Amino acid sequence: MATTALHPAATGYRSGLYEWVTTTDHKKIGILYLLNSFFFFLLAGVLALGVRAELAIPGLQLVTDENLYNQLFTMHGTAMVFLFIIPILAGFGNYVVPLQIGAPDMAFPRINALSFWMLPLGGLLLFSGFLVGGAATAGWTSYPPLSEDRPLASTGPGQDLWITALILIGTSSILGGINFLVTIFKMRAPGLTLFRMPILVWTVLVTSVLVVMATPVITSALIMLFIDRNYGGAFFDPSRGGDPVLYQNIFWFYSHPAVYVMVLPAMGMISEILPVFSRKPLFGYKAFVFATAAIGALGFSVWAHHMFTTGSVYLPFFSLMTFLIAVPTGVKMFNWIFTMWRGKLTLATPLLFALGFLSMFLIGGINGAFSASVPVDFALHDTYWVVAHLHYVLFGGSVFGVFAGIYYWFPKMTGRMLGEGLGKFQFVLMFIGFNLTFFPMHMLGLSGMPRRIADYDAAAGWTDLNVAATIGGFLIAASMIPFLWNVFVSLRGGKVAGDDPWEANTLEWATTSPPPPYNFDRLPEIRSERPLFDLRHAKATPAATPPGPDRTQQLPPGH
Amino acid sequence: MTTETRSLTTEQSPVAGLAHDMRGGISNPVLGMILFITSEVMFFAGLFAAYFSIRAAADIWPPEEFGHAVQIFPLVGPATVLLIVSSLTCQLGVWAIRRDDRTGFIRNIGVTVVLGVVFLVMQAADYAILYSEGLTLSAGTYGTTYYTLTGFHGAHVFAGVVMLAVVLYRGLAGQFSSRHHDAVEATSLYWHFVDVVWIALFATLYILR
Repeated sequence: MATTALHPAATGYRSGLYEWVTTTDHKKIGILYLLNSFFFFLLAGVLALGVRAELAIPGLQLVTDENLYNQLFTMHGTAMVFLFIIPILAGFGNYVVPLQIGAPDMAFPRINALSFWMLPLGGLLLFSGFLVGGAATAGWTSYPPLSEDRPLASTGPGQDLWITALILIGTSSILGGINFLVTIFKMRAPGLTLFRMPILVWTVLVTSVLVVMATPVITSALIMLFIDRNYGGAFFDPSRGGDPVLYQNIFWFYSHPAVYVMVLPAMGMISEILPVFSRKPLFGYKAFVFATAAIGALGFSVWAHHMFTTGSVYLPFFSLMTFLIAVPTGVKMFNWIFTMWRGKLTLATPLLFALGFLSMFLIGGINGAFSASVPVDFALHDTYWVVAHLHYVLFGGSVFGVFAGIYYWFPKMTGRMLGEGLGKFQFVLMFIGFNLTFFPMHMLGLSGMPRRIADYDAAAGWTDLNVAATIGGFLIAASMIPFLWNVFVSLRGGKVAGDDPWEANTLEWATTSPPPPYNFDRLPEIRSERPLFDLRHAKATPAATPPGPDRTQQLPPGH
Repeated sequence: MTTETRSLTTEQSPVAGLAHDMRGGISNPVLGMILFITSEVMFFAGLFAAYFSIRAAADIWPPEEFGHAVQIFPLVGPATVLLIVSSLTCQLGVWAIRRDDRTGFIRNIGVTVVLGVVFLVMQAADYAILYSEGLTLSAGTYGTTYYTLTGFHGAHVFAGVVMLAVVLYRGLAGQFSSRHHDAVEATSLYWHFVDVVWIALFATLYILR
């Protein structure tokens, strides 16, 4: 028993349903997170196709019931944010962070399993609204009075299920965030000091602080909404002394930091990928870390830029703070570009998606800066410009980052490589489809098309751009087919990956693919933020290295 | 319970001793509890923010018809004293187990559990009086905020009592010693947090009126 425990073969991932349902192994839980999130990605994507199909031409053709249309975009937004992007990044964190810090598991494995299992339950609650007379219709923000039954909105149990599901998913996030923080602070391998941690670990750390401090605040808003709806509360009822804007304040106090929860880990993932495929260390490691912390800190002071037009927030302050966030974000752009500068680039699929992130997130940052300017925002508020902006950040940014991560870590998770040809095909299709969908929305927004409408007048002149966006939407959907086929083919008999197919830098590549349940037989010595680079080049003594500058090894002391 | 999990994942694994938590410092369960309390603080911050925002917009606070209803005596003031005393007994219990005094530990935690239950009973009695005087959850913003804030605090007291009862049960089973009592430390932190929230609530609802 003892010997088998010490040298088990790397176990495959077919050890039975019971094993998967009861597992507390961070790697299996991480994969469960990815699968569950991807399922809701496809589901919410189908809802978005419904929205796009209806909007393609004026008049109500496909979704003839406007109430159903409201359900479609509400559930699309809610599921994409709370059941796809946030959990899938948590899933990558779950799988990769303990490996990258040389830990055998998360700090609280059973709480980790609990965090995961709340997600499918929350998703089930959320979507069960469709079975009880209609899901939530008030948009993913669920502002009162729209989300309450006054004066005219007819919200049924779907809205209450929405609230309950979000409280559950939020609790899952909080427990996960606590788990990440304790793991990162307490379980790092000897020698892995804070400033030797991989960037992904840093971004998960900052993200977890945001989750732990911001998510409970939206829980309080949801509970107040629930009390208002079900027990005659008056929190958001202006006729009895309540204040609907109060909800917006509390909601955005969470939901703006949540934007960084949705993008920081993706930034961390591409910061792992760019150095590996450029054969250079990350340019400005410490600057990147401080920029991440600065984004996290500033993230708490900009929430009211979503509420400029309410007339009840102090505009200059929130506008200034919003512009300030562009500074650390610019630092990161600088880091990424100079990581690739004069690097030996390998244009593999993970790098392509990382470049997709870089270019699309840049557009998302620039069109966001327009809305940060108060007078411009007064014109753009609640138009399709905002839809374009948020999708350039969350799809062009986070989702491209997620696919970069999938192509990069799939070999570690399964032991098989994903096909490069299909991967590049998927990237091209998705990149074109994405821009075809969301770039026209800038023009639609500028010409005044409001968000969340089911129909528009043919005389408005919005038809051509909407047709383009709808075609793009279906292209994005089509780009999932080569991806799923790629995964299927690869799992059936893809190229065997080996321990370290990318010649990467971080500890997860020092163990087998897939790793054993306890992760590591032994750890390499950690003297920098790139222990595997050190290991590969350990044999080269200073005398044996050829003369000439080798900039990659000239790290300042302490790295 | 988490301590057992930790020993399974690190002490008995082939990489025993590699993880930092073997090196002393704050233990994983206590750090986890501190972070959990951080999130709880933010939850109550949301509720307090709502309270002060609504109160600031009101002309008269509390509304005239409820001005006399919310009183420190006979119930709320003594209940506050009891809760503060329970925090003290809880800490005496922690100090006792730190020096391996199991009897003192069990006695003090036992008293804490009883005080927590008495607090909840007194709160329920106070609710009954207020309800009979017409202050209900649906009686405008005052009733809504009053019951939401005190109610969620009460729910946290209840959770704390359950946690303390588990600690007491495990203590009676002899599971704690001076070297092994993370659950006691973590639970005591939570209980102190519940106490501090009540002091803030008491000051907000009964003194700043």
